[in-house]
Amino acid sequence: MKYKSVFDIIGPIMIGPSSSHTAGAARIGRVARSLFGRKPKYATISFYGSFAKTYRGHGTDVAIVGGILDYDTFDTRIVDALTIAKQEGIEVKMTAEDAITDHPNTARVIIGDETDRIEVVGISIGGGKIEITELNGFELRLSGNHPALLIVHNDKYGAIAGVANILAKHEINIGHMEVSRKEKGKEALMVIEIDQNADEIIINELNSLPIVQQVVKIHD
Amino acid sequence: MFRNVAELIELAESKNCKISEIMIQQEMDVTGRSREEVLGFMDRNLRVMEEAVMRGITEDVKSHSGLTGGDGKLLQTYIKSGKSLSGELMLDAVSKAMATNEVNAAMGTICATPTAGSAGVVPGTLFALKEKLNPTREQMIEYLFAAGAFGFVVANNASISGAAGGCQAEVGSATGMAAAAIVELAGGSPSQSAEAMAIALKNMLGLVCDPVAGLVEVPCVKRNAMGASNAIVAADMALAGIVSRIPCDEVIDAMYKIGLTMPSALRETALGGLAATPTGRELEAKIFGIPLNEK
Repeated sequence: MKYKSVFDIIGPIMIGPSSSHTAGAARIGRVARSLFGRKPKYATISFYGSFAKTYRGHGTDVAIVGGILDYDTFDTRIVDALTIAKQEGIEVKMTAEDAITDHPNTARVIIGDETDRIEVVGISIGGGKIEITELNGFELRLSGNHPALLIVHNDKYGAIAGVANILAKHEINIGHMEVSRKEKGKEALMVIEIDQNADEIIINELNSLPIVQQVVKIHD
Repeated sequence: MFRNVAELIELAESKNCKISEIMIQQEMDVTGRSREEVLGFMDRNLRVMEEAVMRGITEDVKSHSGLTGGDGKLLQTYIKSGKSLSGELMLDAVSKAMATNEVNAAMGTICATPTAGSAGVVPGTLFALKEKLNPTREQMIEYLFAAGAFGFVVANNASISGAAGGCQAEVGSATGMAAAAIVELAGGSPSQSAEAMAIALKNMLGLVCDPVAGLVEVPCVKRNAMGASNAIVAADMALAGIVSRIPCDEVIDAMYKIGLTMPSALRETALGGLAATPTGRELEAKIFGIPLNEK
């Protein structure tokens, strides 16, 4: 079941006018921001489907940039997000694409600075709920509704066991888990939705595993 | 976890409790949160709804495009004149539903129920019924859980997205949710709530999502108005003992299948329906400053 909480239905509290095109867009932007972990220097956003046709009227543009600025769906600063991003030195580019995507409300967000860059594809599935379907070329399914760990690691035996052992030691329960890779034996991505928030000690321990390249955590 | 309306009703009947109670308990189970926390979250949503309604019926709200705003207030003045034909309660609900959506269109703060474009129906009916039934704060919170329970089924078994299923998935769902919640607040049974939802949603089937200029304004605000009135009538019918010949779950499934066959031009792309009328196009060109021949 895609929707698990009554607050997916009665909620979110948000700035209008559209839950999918405004609140959902803000959430996609915000997940990209938390995956990147800091304020980016640039953001390149591509809209597809209904997003592409109606993004101006729905405030999808200000909302997604608001999310990149780390604003929540009800943050009234969303209305001025484009101006604020400019003031904060973030270079924003936005395009409406003609390509047909699986979901009518799809956005591709590339944010980065001199040292790093990430590419996130998010879909807005209705009522403000979103899913992240792609991260740096890895296909995944992440709701952003639970705390989660994203672990980039070498595609090698023992990686899953190593990570699971650390989580078990700290009594963190795994609710949902997916592993994907682009090519056998190369880089792989673990997406782990957990029931408790993982603190810095756990993140550091995961990072110290030789097989792990990068750990990103997403809060509830 | 209940998966459809039939299971929801069976749970409520076997435990001899309200639908809202089933939803509250499921929320506690799924999230591990206490009853107090869950009710507290909903209380906060209720507060946002109330503020949006009050703002919409007292202030001069206007959207950036200038297409909408002020109709909720206009209707309040008309109600006070005592000349209304469809009755005070009905028009009050309609006014408060529009007020919420006018605030939404003006990029004000609202609570999506189940979406922003359909955010007027549930609070509009609730704050109108408040005048007649004098519910406690707790009963008002329960109203939202009851509406949420039905919305939960629709969201999981069909859709609540206009881009995916048309307006029937948004205002249609909201109307069904409100009808079911009205029945519970008025003292009806869980199965009467399901009948009300079925009756209400049946009359929203096929409704397309065709916003002028792609804005959640025209015809969204007035569709929320009609959704609110539809919900009250459907609730009254169910409370009178009228049943839907097609069971609620099958109506929801029909809505889903209609959505699947709906052309993309009628699913929130501003390419068809009212958006493609000469006036709709003219308004779009004016708002975005694009010459008409390039549309």
